[in-house]
Amino acid sequence: MSRRQLICDVLVIGAGPAGLAAAYRVAENGRSVVVADDNPDAGGQIWRGEARNTKSNEAAAWFEKIRNSEIEFAYGIRIFQQLSPGKLLGETDNDVCEFSYQKLVIATGARERFLPFPGWTLPNVMGAGGLQALVKGGLPIAGKRVVIAGSGPLLLAVADYLKRHGADVSLIAEQTSRPKLARFSFSLLGQTQKVSQALRLRSQLSGIGYLTGCWPVAANGFDKLHSVTLRRGSRTWEVECDYLACGFHLVPNLELPQLLGCRLDKDAVAVDDFQETSVADVYCCGETTGIGGLELSLVEGEIAGLAASDKKELARSLFSVRNKQQKFATALNSAFELRSELKSLVAPDTIVCRCEDVQFSQLQSSDSWRAAKLHTRCGMGPCQGRICGAAVEFLFGWQAESVRPPVLAARVGSIREG
Amino acid sequence: MPDTVTVVVNGELVTMPVGSMVAAAVLKAGVSAFRKSVSGQPRGPLCGMGICFECRVTIDFEPHCKSCQTICQNGMDIRTDE
Repeated sequence: MSRRQLICDVLVIGAGPAGLAAAYRVAENGRSVVVADDNPDAGGQIWRGEARNTKSNEAAAWFEKIRNSEIEFAYGIRIFQQLSPGKLLGETDNDVCEFSYQKLVIATGARERFLPFPGWTLPNVMGAGGLQALVKGGLPIAGKRVVIAGSGPLLLAVADYLKRHGADVSLIAEQTSRPKLARFSFSLLGQTQKVSQALRLRSQLSGIGYLTGCWPVAANGFDKLHSVTLRRGSRTWEVECDYLACGFHLVPNLELPQLLGCRLDKDAVAVDDFQETSVADVYCCGETTGIGGLELSLVEGEIAGLAASDKKELARSLFSVRNKQQKFATALNSAFELRSELKSLVAPDTIVCRCEDVQFSQLQSSDSWRAAKLHTRCGMGPCQGRICGAAVEFLFGWQAESVRPPVLAARVGSIREG
Repeated sequence: MPDTVTVVVNGELVTMPVGSMVAAAVLKAGVSAFRKSVSGQPRGPLCGMGICFECRVTIDFEPHCKSCQTICQNGMDIRTDE
C-alpha cells in the first residue's frame, strides 16, 4: 500500500468552523498548514455543504477568506494512530498518510448524544443532525412526515432546515422544561445576535408545535419506523411519521485528544487561555473543549491558530470575545441538561450497544464499562463505543477508561504501516 | 457538465444531484434497511456523519462502506443487506 507524507508547521484536524478559523490564522502568519478531515469536503457539521453552496453570510465570509489563504486540505482521511509526538498516521480509501508537524490543533467537533428507548434501532429513526446531514447529502424530504425530538437548539435549526426543504414537520419534542428554557432565553438578553437568531427561527417555525417537557417513549414499526409514542406529563400519544429525528444535545468527539494523552475536564478537553492542552504543542478548540456553538468555536479556533503561530498578544486580544461566548455556553448546557426520567425510557430488552446488539438487561449486573465490555462486548464493535458510550455514561455513570490505537476501524495493511 | 449522477441501488437506477451521498440514494430508492445487525435486525443510518457505522453497504463489491461519507459516482453499484 502506498504511503503519502504530509509535512507542515501546523496540522489542523477537523475542517469545521473551529478548524477553519485556526488554519486561517496560521496561514495568515506565514506558517505552513494542513487541514485533515474524514469528510469529503470542508464545513464540519454546521457548515456541511456550504463550501460550494453557501447559504449563510458568515459561512460565505469565512470560505472566502479560506479560499484566499495558503491552506492545504486533505479530505477523506481517518486519523487512527500516533506514531510518535509530532507524527500521526491516517488512511483514506486508497492509501495511508503520514503527517509530520511542529504543532497540532485538534478541532474534531461533537456528535449527537443518543439515548436508547424501545424501537430506537428501527430504520428511519435517526439523529436530528443525522437526518439534516442526509438531506444536505441529497435525500428528498419534501412531503415526508417528520417528528423531531430530544434536546438542544439543534432541534430548532433542523426543524427550520427540513421545513424549508418541504418536510411536513409535525412537532418538536424538547425534553427540558419550560422554566429552564425561559431562564436560558433571559440569559440571552444583551446578546443581540443570538436574540435576533432566536426570533427569526421562531417566526419561521410558526405552525410547528414546540412542546417542552416532552420526549419519545417508543418508536413503533416492524421493519421500519411507522410511528412514535410521545409523553408529556401524564399524557401519552402516538404520531405517525416517516422519520423520527432524535438527538439529546451534543457530546464532544474526544477519541483523538484522549489517544494523545490530553487531560479532560468534565467530559471535554481541558485547555489553558491559549487553547493549549495538557500536552505541549497540542491545541484544542471548538466543541471538543465543551459544547458552546458556532461563535465560540470560531473565536477559539482563531485563538488556537494565533497561539500555534506564536502570536500570543494577538490571541490575547480575542479573550474577551471568547469569555462572553463561554457565558452563553454555560447557560446553554444548563438549560438543556438531561432530566433523570429519561433514564427509565430503556426497557430490559432495549438494545444499548447497536454494534454488538447488547441489551440493557445484560449490562445491569456490571459495575463498570470495562466489566460490561468483557462480559458482553458492549462498546467493542465498529463504532468503538462512540454511540453507546454517551448512553452508558448517562444510564450508569460509566466512563471510558482508556483509548487505544487504532481509534477508528482501519485496514490491517494501514496498521502494519505504523 | 451534467448536474446529476445515476447509481444502481440493488439493481434499480437512481438519479441524484452531483455531490449526493450514497446513503441518500439508498433511501431515495425506497430502501430503509441498509444492513442486518449481528442478531439479524434491520438497520439504517443514524448519525449521518461517519461515526455510528450503521449505514454500511457494499459499493462496487467492496463491503462495509460507510454510505453517509461516500459520494455518488456515475454507475456505482450499491447493495444493501449483505
